[in-house]
Amino acid sequence: MCPQAHRVEGVSRETQDTFSLTLEPCDGAEQPRFAPGQFSMLYVFGVGELPVSISGDPEQPGRLVYTVRSVGPATHALVSRRPGDSLGVRGPFGTAWPLEAGRGKDLLIVAGGIGLAPLRPAIYHVLRHRDDYVRLIVLYGARSPRDLLYRKELVSWARSPDTQVLTTVDYGGVSWRGRVGVVTTLFRHVRLHPDRTVALICGPEIMMRYVIAELERNRGVCASDIFLSMERNMKCAVGFCGHCQYGPHFICKDGPVFSYHQLRSLLGKHEL
Amino acid sequence: METLERILGEHPFFEGLEPEYLKLLVGCASNVRFQAGAYLFREGEEASHFYLIRQGRVAVEIYAPQRPPIVVQTLEGGDILGWSWLIPPYHWRFDARVVEPARAIALDGKCLRSKCEENHDLGYALLKRFAHIVEQRLEATRMQLLDVYATHV
Repeated sequence: MCPQAHRVEGVSRETQDTFSLTLEPCDGAEQPRFAPGQFSMLYVFGVGELPVSISGDPEQPGRLVYTVRSVGPATHALVSRRPGDSLGVRGPFGTAWPLEAGRGKDLLIVAGGIGLAPLRPAIYHVLRHRDDYVRLIVLYGARSPRDLLYRKELVSWARSPDTQVLTTVDYGGVSWRGRVGVVTTLFRHVRLHPDRTVALICGPEIMMRYVIAELERNRGVCASDIFLSMERNMKCAVGFCGHCQYGPHFICKDGPVFSYHQLRSLLGKHEL
Repeated sequence: METLERILGEHPFFEGLEPEYLKLLVGCASNVRFQAGAYLFREGEEASHFYLIRQGRVAVEIYAPQRPPIVVQTLEGGDILGWSWLIPPYHWRFDARVVEPARAIALDGKCLRSKCEENHDLGYALLKRFAHIVEQRLEATRMQLLDVYATHV
């Protein structure tokens, strides 16, 4: 529960308001391994603590990478750190993407906006263990071309065998030569085999609801093969404080990754 | 060699359509090609065709004075472009600009309308298919309006 001091090793700009921070422990101590989908609590001294998904390579646990969008005072303070600055880190916490369940199957990854960040470790894992999976399909939607994360990596992932990477933006200018349309429109361009597809989804909750509707209603993917990462106001990260309660679940402890089967009756409930 | 009948028959839009109707459609169909930057049509022009895009990418745009056009969506291989040929007064309500060189099957709207008037079963089969496309586009537009990736703090 006590934050461990980490040093900022690098800060890279992903978009106009989103940055990736690379952290290493100040004392050189060995880091606990993390699983794709887990998050840490990052403590900006004197400002506050906030939950951030780990977006780096799980095979390099010594270098923790976090992709943060500056949307308020705490996240602004976080992305304003410079190399050499210190931060407190607790974690990793929470459940992971069910990559074992996807072995021998097609893995469909659907991300919206900054939702690609918690999915990137899963993509790294699949690309490192390519023979364990059949096809890798990444569908990624962002607000505009300048909001697309990891643009170079998206191009390099698409070059991998049996991998399809499709991107789209909600608003494209006339100079944009890529796709314009919401992320669900990308389903027109992929052929899914519902009996051998495991879907991992992360993005705004409304977007995830539309994606799930498409998968279930039009593509025949089973609720137990659909997984999503939820977001709520996490404080303690270990299921004590109750800030992130979602029906009978604590997002920090029972999630953030859930199967849709677990959440079917809760998603879209106005009271939650 | 690919015949128009085979191309239309294999397209998901016409899946399940009676072979006799496909033959009727072929009489209204032609192969077309467009270079990048070309316009398939512009707002206000007579909506004389609809397009079954085979290859390339087309941007559906709305013209706005004193600002760049707004790209509403892009369509590509396998997509259907245009339903104004079906609805009076048969004028396009937006522009369609080619982003990447495109090949398509153009179906003549006047020709189709007269065949649909003669054969209401064909008209109903086509209308059901277009209603599905309209529903998909409406749902996508609603999701687009939600602006789900915007910052809400």
